[in-house]
Amino acid sequence: MITATGITKTFKNGDVITHVLKGIDLTIHSGEFVAIMGKSGAGKSTLLYQLGLLDDPTTGTIVIDDTRTTDLSVAERTAFRLNELGYIFQDYALLPELTAIENVMVPLLMQGKTTSEAKTIAQASLTRINLGHRENNLPSQMSGGEQQRVSIARAVAHNPKILFADEPTANLDSESGQAVIEIFKDLHKQGQTIVMVTHEKEYTVFCDRVIQIADGKAV
Amino acid sequence: MRSNMSTFSQSVKVGLFLGVRQLRRANRSTTILIISIMTFTFLNLVVVSGILVGLIVGGNIANRNQYTGDVIATTLSGKTTIDHSQNFISTVAHDPQVTKYTARFLVGSTIEANYKTRTDFSNKANSIGGQLTGIDPAQENNFSNISKYVVEGKFLEPGESGYIVLGSNLLDRYSSSFGDSFSSLKNIYPGDTVKVTVNGNTREFIVSGIVKSKVGEVSLRSFISNADFIQLSNRTNLDVNEIAVQHATTITDNEMKQRLVDDGFDTTAKIQTADEAIPDFLTQIKTAFSLLGNLIGAIGIVVGSITIFIVVFINAVTRRKFIGILKGIGVSPLAIEVSYLLQSLFYGFSGSLLGSIILYGVLVPLFNAHPLNFPFSDGILVADVPTTLVRIVVLLIVTLIAGFIPARMIIKKNTLDSILGR
Repeated sequence: MITATGITKTFKNGDVITHVLKGIDLTIHSGEFVAIMGKSGAGKSTLLYQLGLLDDPTTGTIVIDDTRTTDLSVAERTAFRLNELGYIFQDYALLPELTAIENVMVPLLMQGKTTSEAKTIAQASLTRINLGHRENNLPSQMSGGEQQRVSIARAVAHNPKILFADEPTANLDSESGQAVIEIFKDLHKQGQTIVMVTHEKEYTVFCDRVIQIADGKAV
Repeated sequence: MRSNMSTFSQSVKVGLFLGVRQLRRANRSTTILIISIMTFTFLNLVVVSGILVGLIVGGNIANRNQYTGDVIATTLSGKTTIDHSQNFISTVAHDPQVTKYTARFLVGSTIEANYKTRTDFSNKANSIGGQLTGIDPAQENNFSNISKYVVEGKFLEPGESGYIVLGSNLLDRYSSSFGDSFSSLKNIYPGDTVKVTVNGNTREFIVSGIVKSKVGEVSLRSFISNADFIQLSNRTNLDVNEIAVQHATTITDNEMKQRLVDDGFDTTAKIQTADEAIPDFLTQIKTAFSLLGNLIGAIGIVVGSITIFIVVFINAVTRRKFIGILKGIGVSPLAIEVSYLLQSLFYGFSGSLLGSIILYGVLVPLFNAHPLNFPFSDGILVADVPTTLVRIVVLLIVTLIAGFIPARMIIKKNTLDSILGR
C-alpha cells in the first residue's frame, strides 16, 4: 500500500520557481490498478516519480507498506527500488548493448541471483509476455512494441510490490499499445499493484481507479 | 558487514556483466582506434626512453666488445707499465673462466706523413701526436674483432713487420667534424709511408689500413705489431700497458675482477670492470637521457590518459540516460563505475599487450640488427622486462583513473535528471 501525504514539488530555475505539485494526499491499496491522468504539465509524471522514489518531494511523506521512504538514504532508496519496485518508461529505456534477456537479467543479478538463476527467471519472464523467441535480440533488432514488452518483463521479473508505468503506450501504435495493456490486465489479475500515468482514456477502463491531476493537485 | 560485502560483490558482478557486453558490442572502429592510441602511448613511454638510454648503452657495449672486455687492467697512477705483466698474462691465459684476452703496449708517439714531398718548411708538418699501440694482431683480432672495422686497406697480419694501421680519427677526411680543435693527417691512404717517432726513435711504416670505430680508443689510436713496438720504443722488458679480459658467462664481471684481485694483481695494475671503466660523464649522460625519456614518456601518458578520459567521458555523457535508468532500476553506482573501469582497463591492457608484442617481437630485434647510426655510438633499444612491467602498471593505473573520473562525474548526477536528459 502507498500512502502519500502532503506531497509538494517545487522546481527552482534561477529566479523562476515553479510549484508543480501543491500538496497531494492519496492512498493506493495493494493489488490496485490505478491510472494517473491529467493535462500536459499537470504534474502526473512528477507525482509518479515521487511515488516511485526516483525523485525527492519538496515536502510531504510517502509510506510504502511499513517503510517511510522519504526518510531513506540514497543507498537505501536504490536498494528499495531494486527489490520492491518496477518501472516501465515511455521510451522503453532498454540498454542498447544488451540483448532482451540480458536487459531482464540486470536487476536480478543486482539482487544477488546467480547468472543461471537470473537467466532462468528472465527466460520465464520473457516467455510470459510471448517474447521467448526474441531473447537473444538486441533492442535495435526489435519493434517498439516488442521493446516495451521487454521493458515490462524486466520490470516484473523480480516480482516487485508495485509496478510504475510512465505513459507506457505513448510511443506505440494502437495494436502494440493494446498488447501492453493486456499484459497489465493479466498482471493485475495476478494481484500486481500497478500505477500508470497515461493520457489515453480508453486504457483507463481496465483500471480500478483514476486519479486526476490538475494544477498540481488531485481532483 | 556481510551485507555490505555481498552488495559489493554483486555490484562488481553486475559491473563486469555490463562492461563485458559494452566492450563486446562497441563500435569496432572506435575500439581499434582507442587501442591504437593506447599502443602508441605505451610505445612512446617505453621506446623513446629506451632509445635515449640505448644510445649510451650501445656505446658501452661497443666499448666492452672492442676495448675493455669484461675486465680491464691498466697502469697504476704514476707507473708507465703494468709491472710483472707476464705473470698477469700467464694467469689469465690459464684461468678456465677466461675465454679471451689481449695485451696492449701503449706509448705516446708522433706520426708524420708526406714528409718526403714537403718543400715549405715554414708551414706545419703533416703530423699528429697520439697513442701508438703494440698488439699481437691475431690475439687482438680474436678479442675485439678489430679487422671488422677496417674501412680501407687491411688489418695487420701475424708475423709481418713495418706496417701500421691508423685510427680513422687521426685522418683529416674522417675527422672533419672535429673542426680545428685537433690536427690530423692529410692525404694519407693505405700503401703510403708514415714516419713514427717514439722517445726520439723514428721509423717508417707502410699504412696497412684505416680502422674506423665509434670507440675512441680504437679510432684515435694507431696499431703496430708487438715486435715493431718493442724495437721502436726501446723497451727493455715485456711489461704491457693494458690487459683486457673476457670471461665465461658463468661468472659476473665483479667475480672476474675479484679473482684477479685475489691473485694480488691489484698491486701492479688498476683493475676495473667494464662498467667501472666507463667515464663518469657517460654514466651521467645515461641518467640524464633516462630522465629525459621518462619525461617524454610522462607527456605520452598524459596524452593517453586524456584520450581515455575523453573517450569514457563522451561514452558516459552519451549514455547518461542509460546510466540514469540503471540507477533508477536499482543498479548501484559502484556497478556502473566498475563497468567503466573494466572498459578503461581493457583499453589500457590491450594497448600495453599489443605494444609489448611490437616492442619485443619487432622493435628490439630490429634495433639490435640495425642499430641507429649516431656519431658517437650505435644506438640500440633498451627495454628490460622489469622496467617495461613497471611502465605497464603505471599506464594501467593512469588509465583506470582517467576512466573512473568521468564515469564518477556522470554517475553523481541526479538519477531523474539523467533519465529525463535535463
